[in-house]
Amino acid sequence: MDEKDLLLLRLLEENSRLSSEELGLMAELSTEEAGRRITSLEENRIIRRYTTIIDWERAADGGVAAVIELKVNPERDFGYDRIAERLANFPEVRALRLITGVYDLQLVVTGKTMQEVARFVSESIAPMDRIRETATHIVMKTYKENGQCFYEREAGERIPYSF
Amino acid sequence: MRNFLSARAKAIPPSGIRKFFDLAVSMEGVISLGVGEPDFPTPWHICEASIYSIEQGGTSYTSNRGLLPLREALSVWLRQHYNLSYSADEEMIITTGVSEGLDIAVRAITDPGDEIIIAEPSYVSYSPCVTLAGGVPVPVQCREKDHFRVNPDSLMEKVTSRSKAVIINFPNNPTGAVMRKEHLSAIADIITDHDLLLISDEVYSELTYDGIHVSPASLDGMWERTITLNGFSKAYAMTGWRIGYFCAPPEICDAALKIHQYVMLCAPVMGQVAALEGLRRGEAEKDRMVQEYRVRRNIFVKGLNKIGLSCHLPEGAFYAFPSVEKSCLSDNEFAERLLTEEHVAVVPGSVLGRGGEDHCRCAYAVSRENLEEALTRIERFMHRI
Repeated sequence: MDEKDLLLLRLLEENSRLSSEELGLMAELSTEEAGRRITSLEENRIIRRYTTIIDWERAADGGVAAVIELKVNPERDFGYDRIAERLANFPEVRALRLITGVYDLQLVVTGKTMQEVARFVSESIAPMDRIRETATHIVMKTYKENGQCFYEREAGERIPYSF
Repeated sequence: MRNFLSARAKAIPPSGIRKFFDLAVSMEGVISLGVGEPDFPTPWHICEASIYSIEQGGTSYTSNRGLLPLREALSVWLRQHYNLSYSADEEMIITTGVSEGLDIAVRAITDPGDEIIIAEPSYVSYSPCVTLAGGVPVPVQCREKDHFRVNPDSLMEKVTSRSKAVIINFPNNPTGAVMRKEHLSAIADIITDHDLLLISDEVYSELTYDGIHVSPASLDGMWERTITLNGFSKAYAMTGWRIGYFCAPPEICDAALKIHQYVMLCAPVMGQVAALEGLRRGEAEKDRMVQEYRVRRNIFVKGLNKIGLSCHLPEGAFYAFPSVEKSCLSDNEFAERLLTEEHVAVVPGSVLGRGGEDHCRCAYAVSRENLEEALTRIERFMHRI
């Protein structure tokens, strides 16, 4: 990893559809060199996946998201890992982190309706062994996701010429 | 009724692009490459610090020289980054943008008839500032064959017994040229030999893409004969806050301070607080913006050359300065027709002084999408004419 690799990652994080040729031009590398570096970043699993950021509210899909916090009894030898990996297997769980503070694990869960999310938490998550307590927070509005602001910002007035 | 206008005010030519300006604001869908400012908003932590300070009642005058913590932070920053030694107490004034810094610099040193040599093409205010101060602006042309740097021989030709000072601006607006240490040393010798003063406008210093900026006052024998001007507008995307700084040896600084205190009193306190926050915690955001300008430069300059508008690779600032020779139009015609026919605004080089003819200034401080669209339109234009 060097400066150029970091630049390539930053450019791809912002727009994963850029070609090796475009990336090479931007980062002052040949097309081949840019391609070789990206392959290597993929192979080293630094680039995990190429994806999109979707404003589902705008897509009018009407989904519901909830942030769920769990208190968990860790296991001897394994700590939180095994229970976390079991939780991560559910496709409803979009994000999962071990955190400091009152709770141990934090999940982002999505579903079609509030009922669906509630049922998932009460039927699939809460009864699992080692989970002592849950707190469910329904997402009311998303302002920013993965570094992208979802609200419209009024651009400041810019004059056409200045020196 | 008498004509009340002063001869000096009348001597200043009107803006060379007034008609372009009026045209552009009357049009829809203009992509402007004519704006000499970052397209990024000021980093939020900087705004937040200033807002908080206003909430706490920070709305008064500051000392004439500017907030002491800002000057102290700048003193340390200049030493660390450019190997410059300016004391916060005696050798620095916070100004209302570099524009004010330039004005008080010129007025502090110019007597009627003094010749001030100006490296051109250049920012538009140098020559009028000299005229207003009663001096005589003497352009020295920076040529494309010299990568738009000041050629020592050309400078020598302009030196007379009436010469007082030289004004330079590197990284340069409008050419993007950078003068490295060896280039600066060559002109420093001339300045020293002829007992001249250097006014160095370094507002684009942090936008130097390879290597680090060399500040002329850091060269041997130059500190005592240099006024260093810099500011926060470009590097920190803070144009509207109007914060610059003036650094010079105490005697010159004191003279400039007298002018500053009577015409400006102090730079706006909200901007000074914002500048201090930028200096303390703005490094990462600044670097991110500089990296983005560099990416855009690479895209845009390659695109221009592909279209046939030959353009050297600018080493600093955020301007490309392509030759429009291939269009067989003058730079004025090129800029006017490109605006009216393709709604792309660029600045004709001839309004930026000697050596600007047959070129145009394109600021690439616009989004990548707009840069690509501008290139498409310029290419279409070049095919048609």
